[in-house]
Amino acid sequence: MSDAMGSTTAPLVELRGMRISFGGVQAVDGVSLALHGGEVVGLLGHNGAGKSTLIKMLSGAYRPDSGEIRIDGQPASIRSPRDARRYGIETIYQSLALAENLDASANLFLGRELRTAWGTLDDVAMEVETRAVMARLVPHFAGFKEPVRALSGGQRQAVAIARAIHFNARVLIMDEPTAALGPQETRQVGDLVVQLKKEGIGIFLISHDIHDVFDLADRVAVMKNGRLVGTAATRAVTKDEVLGMIILGTCPAGATPGPGTAVAERA
Amino acid sequence: MNVSSPGASREGTPSARKHLASLFRATEIDARLLGLLGALALIWIGVDLMSGGAFLTPRNLWNLSVQTASVAVMAAGMVLVIVARHIDLSVGSILGVVGMIMGVTQAELLPRYLGYEHPLIWLVALAVGLAVGAAIGLLQGLIVAYLGVPAFIVTLGGLLVWRGCAWWITSGRTVAPMDDAFRRMGGGIDGSIGAGWTWALAVVALAAIVWRTLHARRRRQAAGFALRPAWAEVTVAGLAGLAVLAVVLVVNSYDLPPRVAERLAAARGLVVPPEGLAIAHGLAVPVLIAIAVAIVVAFLARRTRFGRYVFALGGNPEAAELSGVDTRRVTVLVFVLMGTLCAVAAAISTARLDAATNAQGTLDELYVIAATVIGGTSLGGGLGTVVGAVLGALIMQSLQSGMVLMGLDTPLQNIVVGIVLVMAVWLDRLYRARAFKGGAA
Repeated sequence: MSDAMGSTTAPLVELRGMRISFGGVQAVDGVSLALHGGEVVGLLGHNGAGKSTLIKMLSGAYRPDSGEIRIDGQPASIRSPRDARRYGIETIYQSLALAENLDASANLFLGRELRTAWGTLDDVAMEVETRAVMARLVPHFAGFKEPVRALSGGQRQAVAIARAIHFNARVLIMDEPTAALGPQETRQVGDLVVQLKKEGIGIFLISHDIHDVFDLADRVAVMKNGRLVGTAATRAVTKDEVLGMIILGTCPAGATPGPGTAVAERA
Repeated sequence: MNVSSPGASREGTPSARKHLASLFRATEIDARLLGLLGALALIWIGVDLMSGGAFLTPRNLWNLSVQTASVAVMAAGMVLVIVARHIDLSVGSILGVVGMIMGVTQAELLPRYLGYEHPLIWLVALAVGLAVGAAIGLLQGLIVAYLGVPAFIVTLGGLLVWRGCAWWITSGRTVAPMDDAFRRMGGGIDGSIGAGWTWALAVVALAAIVWRTLHARRRRQAAGFALRPAWAEVTVAGLAGLAVLAVVLVVNSYDLPPRVAERLAAARGLVVPPEGLAIAHGLAVPVLIAIAVAIVVAFLARRTRFGRYVFALGGNPEAAELSGVDTRRVTVLVFVLMGTLCAVAAAISTARLDAATNAQGTLDELYVIAATVIGGTSLGGGLGTVVGAVLGALIMQSLQSGMVLMGLDTPLQNIVVGIVLVMAVWLDRLYRARAFKGGAA
């Protein structure tokens, strides 16, 4: 399993022994996790279990103390969000990470602005593309000139999603993507996940609520106290068993235990 | 957002007002900008009435434009600093030290090698000044961005350090006079471009207004966006054109003093007619510099990636960082730009005074920040316009010289300026709270 023989068999993303601590607190302690193209992995755990921190190392927001990230089986050096984007890793943060004072188009292209032949911002071209992407996500969206601050929660979420999928993402990280949404918008996000999965994109769905991800995910990975309790194909386990993993840190029969399992302390 | 309920009692007037409002929205004029222009008009007319018509004269308005130039130049840079959630308290002191360095360079160092009034002196002195200003900005920016010391503290320290340096260079001695060519940057009799050139510039400005309007319309059309109604385009372009013409007419009706005009006529071999000679000042060089700076900084802010990042950084620093923006680099560049503009302002004010003193620019940081904030830049970051800041500078200067014309005591002037600053920000908050509540329609 270690060295990739060919890029076809290697997972799209492989995290190996990721570790990071903040001021003496080991936030993520030796977590290894893989993601394949067209696969949805639900990353579950209580608040503070280390899910977001783990994923922020993949998206370049944090630099790990140790560990290795492999993309297509090749070691990848991700030292900043820009590096992650270069590998096709896009993140929708729980906070959305939008500049509230700028409009949808400026946010969508932030850091990747389209420019004219003179090197100036091509606002018209950016707005044209923004209209196209947003039409797909929010059919009747019209607030293209408004600062994002003036948009509704669902519309802001759509801007954040549009930014993540517009640039041919290969890996999509969604951190609590439906936490602030109503039932209808939540369903829309679910439909989108299914569609992107079909396009071969690998998706990490992060949530503290198992109901958000269980139906969408092919596999779940559960974290507790910064360590991986285990991973399991959603077919092979029940919701109650996964709840047990989240709350007690126990690993059911259908799951592959990780180093953080409460019952069997094996590596 | 507020859908009117069927039983709404007020109907007639609100709908008429709504109609007017929608007409106004079609022009896409920034309402806050209009508010600033209104405030300026009020001050001008009010002061003119109270000073017995001494304010709205070509001569006073011309002087006003020259007096505003230095603060306007710095305010343009301060917009970006404040938009990026920083502050620069050291601008007045940077102006002081850079002015002193430019003064010593042209009055004491260069003449030793080049002789007095060598044609290169003003250029070298200016280049040295700009380099020093940029270097000071770079130093402060690096400390803010990479060492993480808040800009308030770094520039508060800078305020003391650079003022001290300004004194140290000549141990407090005033340096004078300045080079003749250098002095043109300060206005005065030689520092204006005359009626002919002023008209030529006006033609360029009018052409630019027409081109911009047509170009923007064509682009929107090509992209299939909704167009502004033609009458709105004509109105906006027409108003801008009228403003240009008004400025030209004012500066071209302020004549040089008769004796200077005669000397100039003699030098050019003209015959002085018996009724006397009227040669107009035209636009002053410092005003031209300020206009050029405002255009360049506004362009940077709105049309370049750098400007976009400054606004993104001010709106949400974390989001900018996560989007791959090198926020530290952007921060450093903002301070470099600010330092450079302080040097430009230093050139203007040293040239205007015809001397470099160690007290030059004292308290300018307050006027610059006040002008920027009056011009609608939010101290919370992420919001602000260059044109607003320039208008803010003009408003501050109008108040100040108006009060001088009216013969108010200096302490009273300070009291008025202080009150106006607080009120302006309060009104801006009110406006913003209202616009935000009703804006999401």
